[in-house]
Amino acid sequence: MLFYSFFKTLVGQPVVVELKNDLSIAGVLVSVDQFLNIKLDDIRVTDEKRFPHMMSVKNCFIRGSVVRYVQLPSAAVDTALLQDATRRENSAEK
Amino acid sequence: MTDGAIAEPLDLVRLSLDERIYVKMRGDRELKGRLHAYDQHMNLVLSDVDETITVVDVNEETFEERIRTVKRSHEMMFVRGDGVILVSPPGRT
Repeated sequence: MLFYSFFKTLVGQPVVVELKNDLSIAGVLVSVDQFLNIKLDDIRVTDEKRFPHMMSVKNCFIRGSVVRYVQLPSAAVDTALLQDATRRENSAEK
Repeated sequence: MTDGAIAEPLDLVRLSLDERIYVKMRGDRELKGRLHAYDQHMNLVLSDVDETITVVDVNEETFEERIRTVKRSHEMMFVRGDGVILVSPPGRT
């Protein structure tokens, strides 16, 4: 649940989602669910020469399992809080 | 359990929080970055990440293989756990 909660705090932030097929989509995070499926608005494909078929798409739903990375704005992440939450989550499971 | 004890594999990862770790990924990718979060799936949040991608180019005529590395860096990123092969704590030097 840690990463679900983490992504919920990032709703409204600009992110870049890199998929396992190397497609990178930049957009504003709209919502996320427990599978880390992601909804993005105002999307733009980073490499339009390689993936021109996405140019007319304005928003999308991304299945969580096809995500490789999500690049985040570092100003939006409280790393100390995140580390505390990680420690708490991983000791609560035992 | 005391904070310093390593009883199970994930404890090694917990002790690497806020340290620079090495992550080997599927698809000939390697990451080095500071660990801020992880879970049992090996989903990670890393900052100041240096990514190295190893690409093998095959010459179409001679079938010669040339190994090339592409480097990228990211300020802050989430890494999905299913692509992670191994996580290594910082060296003790």
